[in-house]
Amino acid sequence: MLEVKNLVKSFGKTEVLKGISFSIKKGDVLSIIGSSGGGKTTLLRCLNFLEFAESGTIAVNGNVIYDGKEKDKMSDQYIREMRLHFGLVFQSFNLFPQYTVLKNITLAPTLLKTDTPENIEKKALELIEKVGLSSKINNYPCELSGGQQQRVAIARALALNPEILCFDEPTSALDPELTGEVLKVIKQLADQDMTLVIVTHEMSFAKEVSDYIIFMDNGVIAEQGTPQEVFEHPKSERLHAFLQNYQS
Amino acid sequence: MQLFLKVTLSLLEGLSTTLQIFGLTLLMALPLGLLISFGSMSKLKIVKYPIKTLIWIIRGTPLMLQLITFGLGPGLLGFKGVNLFYAVIVAFVLNYSCYFAEIFRGSIESIPKGQYEAGAVLGLTKRQVFFKIILMQVVKRIIAPMSNEFLTLVKDTSLANTIMIYEITWNAKRMMNSEHILWPLFYSGAFYLAFCGILTLIFGYIEKKLSYYKV
Ligand SMILES: Nc1ncnc2c1ncn2[C@@H]1O[C@H](COP(=O)(O)OP(=O)(O)O)[C@@H](O)[C@H]1O
Ligand SMILES: [Mg+2]
Repeated sequence: MLEVKNLVKSFGKTEVLKGISFSIKKGDVLSIIGSSGGGKTTLLRCLNFLEFAESGTIAVNGNVIYDGKEKDKMSDQYIREMRLHFGLVFQSFNLFPQYTVLKNITLAPTLLKTDTPENIEKKALELIEKVGLSSKINNYPCELSGGQQQRVAIARALALNPEILCFDEPTSALDPELTGEVLKVIKQLADQDMTLVIVTHEMSFAKEVSDYIIFMDNGVIAEQGTPQEVFEHPKSERLHAFLQNYQS
Repeated sequence: MQLFLKVTLSLLEGLSTTLQIFGLTLLMALPLGLLISFGSMSKLKIVKYPIKTLIWIIRGTPLMLQLITFGLGPGLLGFKGVNLFYAVIVAFVLNYSCYFAEIFRGSIESIPKGQYEAGAVLGLTKRQVFFKIILMQVVKRIIAPMSNEFLTLVKDTSLANTIMIYEITWNAKRMMNSEHILWPLFYSGAFYLAFCGILTLIFGYIEKKLSYYKV
């Protein structure tokens, strides 16, 4: 359902993505691993139209929604519509501090008029329950722990029914004892057959939930395969060394 | 007692002028300041640099000098009958909008990029992002520096007495000279103190109102 072909993205003279291609099916969970600076965040940002690749294409359900050749011809409205195929959960949560948990989740659907106000609120409450925060509906982000904030951010992204939900190191900013609650929510989404793209350094988690793993290194996909292939039988020296680092 | 009443009335008269300068300056300098701050953040160099230069000149020279320029300049250049009060307002508005612009720019730029991006990936327009997400965070951040500026403005209005605007300080000086007494000076100080006291209370109230969230 998602097909990325030959994505190339540079910042100034440095090429950060050097031709990335992969595809995933509906309901798949793809994890992207790799050391810092490899281009993982940039790839997710390209999928969410926060960065625009110079060349390459992104297709969803067989329709090319992004083509680097035409990147200057897209209207703001087109970009906004295409973005809605994807959701993005940031490393730093980025909740809106002046709004309650509930309002954080209902804000975008309300502004986009995706449904009636009653239905939007009903759905938001369901999502809040799903991420286990029913007792915090009327709290403000500053009153929540990092793990709770990240769970609200996940609910906020889900409120728009994205076809593909992307996570950029969702637990990297959390204290170790809080990562579990967030991973549990993501696991739950994976079990419900949501299509997920997860950038993560949680190797055992990636191994457990993923259908497919991509190892990115220096802007290229250095190795890819099933969790079994990638974690048990790494072919390249780089991946081998990378995994060694995460053993301890 | 009669003298005290006379001085009080005179200072109250001055207060009305002071309030006019204060009110009109805020009324015009706040929106103009926001506009100037947008200009100073513009991607267009021909907008950005002239505005930055203006801000530099206005903030880099004494308000007193600007008041004299606008007050006496037109007359010396041959434009007769320029209303001094308007000249004072122009000088204050120009001066304060540049300070406000820097406060606005500082707080707008201090809002994390992630807030804009979180709004963008939720499919919101740039306008929605600014008005529904960014603005309230900016408001929160400008409260403290704004309260400083408001207090400074209260006291700066007294500079208008140098070009013959009959505000509080002018009237206090007139009473001192005509009655040969010192105390109207301190009495006028009490007016400023009370004015600033009220503003401080108002700002304290707003700050408390907004304390339910942190940015
Ligand atoms: N906005 C940007 N401007 C310039 N360079 C950038 C920008 N964003 C990322 N980079 C560079 O691109 C490279 C890849 O970054 P990133 O995608 O964040 O990698 P990762 O998420 O794998 O750590 C890094 O070298 C980084 O410095
Ligand atoms: Mg990253």
